[in-house]
Amino acid sequence: MQLSIADYLIDIVQNSIEAQASLILLDIVEDSAALCVCIGDNGCGMDEKKLQRVRDPFFTDGIKHSHRKVGLGIPFLVQSVEATGGTFDISSKEGEGTSLSFTMNFSSIDCPPFGDLPGAFRSLMIFDGEYELAIMHKRENKSYSVTRSELRDALGSLNDAESLKLMGDFFTSQEEELLLEA
Amino acid sequence: MAKVTLEELRKLRENKKNEIHKRELEGKEIEIIVGMGTCGIAAGAKDALDAFLGQIDANGLKNVIVKQTGCMGFCNYEPTIEVRVPGMPATIYNRVNAEVARRIVAEHIIDKKLVSEYVFDKPSIDIINQK
Repeated sequence: MQLSIADYLIDIVQNSIEAQASLILLDIVEDSAALCVCIGDNGCGMDEKKLQRVRDPFFTDGIKHSHRKVGLGIPFLVQSVEATGGTFDISSKEGEGTSLSFTMNFSSIDCPPFGDLPGAFRSLMIFDGEYELAIMHKRENKSYSVTRSELRDALGSLNDAESLKLMGDFFTSQEEELLLEA
Repeated sequence: MAKVTLEELRKLRENKKNEIHKRELEGKEIEIIVGMGTCGIAAGAKDALDAFLGQIDANGLKNVIVKQTGCMGFCNYEPTIEVRVPGMPATIYNRVNAEVARRIVAEHIIDKKLVSEYVFDKPSIDIINQK
């Protein structure tokens, strides 16, 4: 199994949504050598003890499934980041929020493919709950950004299949624009 | 694809808005809920989601709501997807790849027949024991 960068983003940003964040920022910045992703939220955060264990695949807060002894989201990401010689950093304060950042080096043979970024961004917009999510993607000197409230304002219901099709077209066109040579 | 701005997105949607509003009042939507936890993602839940959206669009179905949830607790049977069609039992399907997703649209949603071999009927033991 190989997860793509898009898969990691769906998985990790979902942590912020499940931490009851009302505001989530996802910044993705790439140049020719490396990818840098920063995720910040104002969710429930973690105390020092929990924070120390988030990289441990056999640690989970036990809230979702009380009989389970694994939590693989962050460990999968860290494994992949380390394989590319990148960096991973997470800081958190209980009651205030969490911020997480990682880098991956494109030159590493272990750097995962981007995968379906437009699809990942769309998925991140349609989880249940009232949260604001701002996505910014910068590649070299081009960038675009969009928020969940802007999309909701433009599309009405975000869960309607027709809205989802249009939202997919929106992200696909924005991503294609970033890839065009200047 | 030409670049779509938020303004254009709004215009594309405007045309359909009245229609949607009417439907929301009626509350007769078909719901598809995709399990998108770490396990679902790793098993290809996004491929299934894409296949659902593609097939719904190809068939011009107008009353479908697509939602996502985290891990449903059946990690070994991912991707798992719940389908709710008015007048039919809420059904959880397991191991839904793109092909199965297309069959669910054609058989369950359009023809109103269960795709029996993929119906999930073995809930996880750790979840049953909680009760």
